[in-house]
Amino acid sequence: MTDVVGIVIVSHSPLVAEGAADMVRQMVGDRVPLAWCGGVGEGVLGTRLSDIRAAIDRAWSERGVVVMVDLGGAETNSEMAIEALPPERRRKVVVANAPVVEGAVLAATEAASGAALATVLATAEEAGARCRSVPSKTSAGRRQ
Amino acid sequence: MPVGTVQNECGAPPVIRSFALPNFGGLHARPAVKLTMLAKSFDASIEMSARDDGKWVDAKSVLRVMGLRIGPGDTFHFRAGGADAETALSAIAALAERSFDEPGGGETAGSPDNAP
Repeated sequence: MTDVVGIVIVSHSPLVAEGAADMVRQMVGDRVPLAWCGGVGEGVLGTRLSDIRAAIDRAWSERGVVVMVDLGGAETNSEMAIEALPPERRRKVVVANAPVVEGAVLAATEAASGAALATVLATAEEAGARCRSVPSKTSAGRRQ
Repeated sequence: MPVGTVQNECGAPPVIRSFALPNFGGLHARPAVKLTMLAKSFDASIEMSARDDGKWVDAKSVLRVMGLRIGPGDTFHFRAGGADAETALSAIAALAERSFDEPGGGETAGSPDNAP
């Protein structure tokens, strides 16, 4: 299923990540490669580089992967995970500046129609533009 | 059910037709996603309007479709241009007449008349 851009959901909370993934699956369907990760085990909030890397692998598509993140550490760890990818994969993975739930659903809707990575990213970030008065991502965000 | 031909002011291909659909439970997130995904499967430019104020939005954009805030009892319209415009509008009409395949015809507490 590599003709469709993949979506990765990274949240500090596994419940948030899984819930957002559920919304994508129920609202958009199974066409989009989708993976999520969140939490550092035993109910503790946080994100782990290795989990993000594994999620990118699970949602991998040759068309690219958009990573949806919630706060601070999710974003920096996702960027580090992308940095660690082989160069030919690295340029196909982007972090969206968008609210994680709305962005994931919108991005998946766009991806399912066969859109290119840049279009999927732009659609996700359009959700962010509508929510800009809400601080969806700040450097003061909770880190693990 | 055609409600007349409208002029296209956005430079898209010529408008084929415009029509209104029966009321249903409201175009909340899930049916909006279904609608836009169906719209995206056609090459035609497809626009949608919820009111008779001349405001048309891209029916392939979930955000814009949801932004119309179509609720129970509202009438809405589509228009399309392009080679497969007629097919697209027929498919959208069929989806809407099935109340967007929502369980119970949509999120409809208080809207008992939305069943096809």
